Amino acid sequence: MNAAALFGRSREGEPGLLPDPRLGSPMPWVIAIVIALTVIAAASGLGLRNAGAHASADLNGGITVQIVSAAPAARNRQADAALAVLRRLPDVADAQRVDQSQLESLLEPWLGTRPGDTIDDLPIPALIDVRLRAPATPDRVSALQTALAGVAPAARVDAQAAWLTPVFRAIATLQWLAGGLIALLTVATIAAVVLAARAALVNQRETIEIVHMLGGTDAQIARVFQRTAAMEAAAGGTIGLIAGVVAIVVLSAQFSALGSGMASGAALGWLDWVVIAAIPLCGVALAVLTARLTVLSALRRML
Amino acid sequence: MNAPDAEIVQFDNVGLRYGTGKEALTDISFTLYPGRFYFLTGASGAGKTSLLKLLYLAQRPSRGLIRMFGTDAITLPRERLPGFRRRLGVVFQDFRLVQHLSAFDNVALPLRVAGVAEREITKPVDEMLDWVGLADRRHARPATLSGGEQQRVAIARAVIARPDMLVADEPTGNVDPDMALKLLRLFESLNRLGTTVVVATHDVHLIQKVPDSLIMRLDKGRLSDPTGALRFPPRRTSTPTEPVLSAAPKDSRGDGQGGPPLGFATK
Repeated sequence: MNAAALFGRSREGEPGLLPDPRLGSPMPWVIAIVIALTVIAAASGLGLRNAGAHASADLNGGITVQIVSAAPAARNRQADAALAVLRRLPDVADAQRVDQSQLESLLEPWLGTRPGDTIDDLPIPALIDVRLRAPATPDRVSALQTALAGVAPAARVDAQAAWLTPVFRAIATLQWLAGGLIALLTVATIAAVVLAARAALVNQRETIEIVHMLGGTDAQIARVFQRTAAMEAAAGGTIGLIAGVVAIVVLSAQFSALGSGMASGAALGWLDWVVIAAIPLCGVALAVLTARLTVLSALRRML
Repeated sequence: MNAPDAEIVQFDNVGLRYGTGKEALTDISFTLYPGRFYFLTGASGAGKTSLLKLLYLAQRPSRGLIRMFGTDAITLPRERLPGFRRRLGVVFQDFRLVQHLSAFDNVALPLRVAGVAEREITKPVDEMLDWVGLADRRHARPATLSGGEQQRVAIARAVIARPDMLVADEPTGNVDPDMALKLLRLFESLNRLGTTVVVATHDVHLIQKVPDSLIMRLDKGRLSDPTGALRFPPRRTSTPTEPVLSAAPKDSRGDGQGGPPLGFATK
């Protein structure tokens, strides 16, 4: 059974009205490419949002106190005093001095480990990792600085989130970029469907005129084109979704291998997957609506 | 169906001009009544096809008034055109069959457009194809049919939904005399059931076969009225619906000569 006959028996009122009005054989492939790119862009946007939210939650109440002193004895004394003061402050949930050996291992890749080197000779600041009960606002950071000024004049207080502000800005920019890409791909889908529907209308013009003369309505004719658009978009959307998901899985595996906390925070949740799965459905709906409006608009110019 | 005496079509000083050329039709005025049989004659280029296009609503006039089925057809909203067109049966001069559809599907098209259920389509369409002698070609595509066969499919398609008005442009031009007569019987049977029939033809013999018919003659885009029945308002020698009312029960099916299968109507 050919597609026309299939159409023909699917619904009363417009059976066999038109031959299979293919919107154009490349149409499913165009839709597939657009849907695949949209899926990747959406997944990137959602992953970046998750990574930003995850990092923000981690760092929101984080404060780092550095005791910057070249003299190891004074550094240790001020660090102990500062730690004692911090632990008494009501805003502070937890305060831990970062172990010196841990600091040395962090610096090792930059400073090297040649035999005979002694890292103790370097003026490495003492670090205290502080967790506040509330977000580290500039006022709270300033209050901590004031509280420590008396016991640890060499103390420098920094909100951890402040270090990552450029990163958060970059993430926000990338999210907007993903949104912009999705908008552009939506426009590309509409344009492709409009062009294909117009071409199909030109090919079917004589038959459409006959159907009109026999009392066929614009809606009956448009429904035939809508069904074709739906079938082609569904085929393309399925292929695009599969291609997009494969790309996401491969990229996710590679980012996971980085072992970065921010990368692991970018993992997609079930709601994100629901949104991604809805993209082809939205593509089908968009193609059907575009085909309908294009065809009806063209038919209105015919008597 | 319209009430007796109510005109089915009324043209008043209608003119038609294509583009900026001279008028193809000038000052056309006439009235068509339900159940009458009209022939439209005239030399090639006289404007017959243009007039038929106005009748089957494929063209809007450049000027004048047209009323169809009691409604102003000039200002008829586009959305209402399909409803009017479903009351018309049209046999196009060039047949205008849908090339991708079989003979059966072409004949079934008006019923499908009207939303008739598939189970109610097969029998009347098969009967109609049988009547026009194409029962064995029901699956054939138009490209594989001869000119005469295509013309019979076009006629079957035009009458299958038992229209209020049948408009036929040279409907017997490509068939042999026997088939032409048979098709004329089909039109007459339809006419006796109440359908107004307008046939454009050059064939004088065909016109002579329908003695009660009225003749409209076009000459260089102007209408003449040899029978005197088309004047606006028309001068009628008898009530135009009388022959319909008297003939319909007798001839629609029971003339003993195997009348055409015109039992189906979408209205």
